[in-house]
Amino acid sequence: MKTTIKVAAVAAAGVLALTGCSGSSSADTAHTVNLVGYSVLEQANAELIKNFQQTDAGKGVDFKESYGASGDQSRAVAAGQDADEVHLSLEPDVTRLVDAGMVDKNWKDNATDGMCSQSIVVMVVKSGNPKHITSWSDLTKPGVGIVTPNPASSGSAKWNLLAAYGSVLADGGSAADADKYMKAFFNNVAALPDSGRDATTAFTGGTGDVLLSYENEAILARQNGTDFDYVIPDSSILIQNPCALTTDASKSAQSWMDFQKSKEGQKLYAETGYRPLEDVGDVTVEGANDPSNPFPEPKKLLTIDKDFGGWGVANDKFFGDGTDGAPTGILTKIQSEAGQ
Amino acid sequence: MSSPSTTVATSSPVVKWVLRLVVVAYLFLLLVWPTWFLVKNTFANGMTGIQEALADPDVVHALQLTAQIAVASVAINTVFGVGISLLLVRQRFIGRRVLSVLIDLPLSVSPVVVGLALVLVYNGQFGWFGPWLEAHGLQVVFAMPGMILATCFVILPLVVREVVPVLEELGEDQEQAARSLGANAWQTFWRITLPGIRWAVVYGVVLSLARALGEFGAVKVVAGNVGGETQVATVLVQQKYQGFEQDTAYSVSFMLVLAAVLCLVVVALLRPKEGKK
Amino acid sequence: MATASAVADGRPARWRRSASSGSLTAGSSLGLGVAMIWFSLLVLIPLSAIVVKAAGGGWSTFEHVLASEQTRSALQLTVLSSLAVTAVNMVMGTMIAWMLVRDRFRGMGLLDLLIDIPFAMPTIVVGLVLLSLYGPDSPIGVQIQNTRWAVLLAMAFVTLPFIVRTVQPVLEELDTDAEDAAASLGAGRFTTFRRVILPALVPAIFAGAALSFARGISEYGSLLLISGNLPGRTEVVSVRLFSFLEGGNLAAAAAVATLMLVVALLAIVTLDVVQRRVARRV
Repeated sequence: MKTTIKVAAVAAAGVLALTGCSGSSSADTAHTVNLVGYSVLEQANAELIKNFQQTDAGKGVDFKESYGASGDQSRAVAAGQDADEVHLSLEPDVTRLVDAGMVDKNWKDNATDGMCSQSIVVMVVKSGNPKHITSWSDLTKPGVGIVTPNPASSGSAKWNLLAAYGSVLADGGSAADADKYMKAFFNNVAALPDSGRDATTAFTGGTGDVLLSYENEAILARQNGTDFDYVIPDSSILIQNPCALTTDASKSAQSWMDFQKSKEGQKLYAETGYRPLEDVGDVTVEGANDPSNPFPEPKKLLTIDKDFGGWGVANDKFFGDGTDGAPTGILTKIQSEAGQ
Repeated sequence: MSSPSTTVATSSPVVKWVLRLVVVAYLFLLLVWPTWFLVKNTFANGMTGIQEALADPDVVHALQLTAQIAVASVAINTVFGVGISLLLVRQRFIGRRVLSVLIDLPLSVSPVVVGLALVLVYNGQFGWFGPWLEAHGLQVVFAMPGMILATCFVILPLVVREVVPVLEELGEDQEQAARSLGANAWQTFWRITLPGIRWAVVYGVVLSLARALGEFGAVKVVAGNVGGETQVATVLVQQKYQGFEQDTAYSVSFMLVLAAVLCLVVVALLRPKEGKK
Repeated sequence: MATASAVADGRPARWRRSASSGSLTAGSSLGLGVAMIWFSLLVLIPLSAIVVKAAGGGWSTFEHVLASEQTRSALQLTVLSSLAVTAVNMVMGTMIAWMLVRDRFRGMGLLDLLIDIPFAMPTIVVGLVLLSLYGPDSPIGVQIQNTRWAVLLAMAFVTLPFIVRTVQPVLEELDTDAEDAAASLGAGRFTTFRRVILPALVPAIFAGAALSFARGISEYGSLLLISGNLPGRTEVVSVRLFSFLEGGNLAAAAAVATLMLVVALLAIVTLDVVQRRVARRV
């Protein structure tokens, strides 16, 4: 008798489980946006999604979001993960999907050149900045532990490393000087976590003395009560995050992307620490060093196009992994020589 | 069964108390005190932590998903576990010993390796079977079937290891008696064998359930971490902890541990009932 | 567990070791077939896919992987830590089992349940829990996050029950007659333990040790948050594997996975051999 009940229970549970299977696929796919984003985007998007769902275009639209290291997310979509929109850290991660036939090759032909958000690289330090880290040269001083993500998986990492390399060039140094600096830089790296967010977690967990990260991530963490300071160095790089629709994206995804790029969307991004793509008027940003003037210009702001020849050139030149005939990138070589 | 011997080591009070001290201290520092913190952190603000967690639709979905996967994989595993146990104990066939050793394999394999193994076979782009399966409408990786498979893999030995020793001890006498009286295989199984192993099956089911609820690494690799869709509760805990929502992470953790501990308590209460030897 | 009664007509129960029915019946063949298909699809084929992927690049894949100092370091850390923790478990596990069986004081039932908690706790929660007490906000000032102690601690937590649970039933079955006899012949307490009890426990201890070691080298979730995953210092093999996987380098991931499977297999075999040797000596 008891066993009969047990079997019945198991069978019922099995049926329930199977209905659970089918339940998720019965959602109306035209009103669903499968959003694949890079690691630090989640909290910023939460606000935008809420506001979008209150607009006419956004009513009834369901969002399925996935966040992780930019490179890993890009590979996941290439490997078959569902996506209507990809919003990643840097252009090469979208180019990979163009090559895989999942994103139209004209994805950049629009008003924002394919970008949805932007920020700059900043140095995050412990509260009170006990080691007085204010410039790129401070990073290579002995005893300073640098936390920066792994360029193999993270987009943030590549931006960080280019900003570091570029700081030497911006100061008038030669490529050889930059190589020398990066050698010293990698010797001071204390950890190479997988993603920008993992790097934040590692730093707040006690690893290292300085964290290289997105300005928006630093501001967001402070908004959420994390106790640290950040420094805008003399030279930095403009981080431009691309967003693109996949070839089989739903119509709602297009409306969503339009909303992201609209003034309202950019203002919401600004409130979580992103530098808006267009002028959105005065924004008070809690968590910034000065909430009423949240986005001061660094003395020298490098861009990937003007100073590094664009990602098409820079990705291979600096980060090529040496496989399949591709050259080994400058920074890849220095990184492996430093044993990292 | 064995009465505490009064003539051997435990008779010395010094040894006994040193033993107690060392064991209790070890367990307290390693196990009890950290676990207490989980409870403390969850209820730091009374029930609001849990209430807020349950108000988050991603949390609710993750818990439902975890429950569905756990139930499905335990159900499948119980059926195959009992079946394989019967075959291992009651039948002779070539490779029986090898199979017996292989069944234990999932206990020694890292969950990330499990995920990798399943991805290599079932991925829709480059897996061995994946493209064919997806062409016929069955997506395994990044979807529910993959998560169930991953969980089944890790819980595979748990039922078998409980049932096999009991089956061996039971012996075949009653089963053979039943067969000689005209019962067919199914009746023999249902009325003779199953009641004999039922506590072993229950224990195995509960262990597998606890293990399935807590699976993390394998599902993380196979599923793709889509919030509200393929994100199970354990993966959600990591994401919330790193996403500045530690309170939610603690609340969900507490719920998972509570569910698993309840399973263990149920078993602990049931065990005396099976009768002393 | 229930025991079978003797056959009704009074004949003594036959020796009931494994199967006595000879060849497979039709039904059993079908059952075996289905079971084997399931087992293959679930375990055998996926695991062989790993070996095939690793072997696909020939030895160069393995060379390349082992050439990386980071990977070698991870392997070394993982194996050595698991060995250390297993050694501790062999002592503590036996002690705990002894207390559970031989020393019945109030609260023993609770302790018995506590031992199972590492089974019940999701590994990611283990990490959270250890981080609360031994991490940056430690109330007792013990901060071991991002150190190798964290790796040892997390492994100790998750492998705690194994030896306890293999030794416990053996201790329960153990007849005290031999111990009483030894004592009556004048053997001291420790001699009795060493010469009478311990040899009986050795197989169980080593069986549990094999499980503990295998579990230790496979550990992943509990180490993510507390070890810091620092390359060359606190990064374990599973984390390295995950990085390879997510990074799309499946060949390297497969190579590392194959290495781990080999190590686990070696450990299980070695412990089995050692255990037989020790049992024979006594």
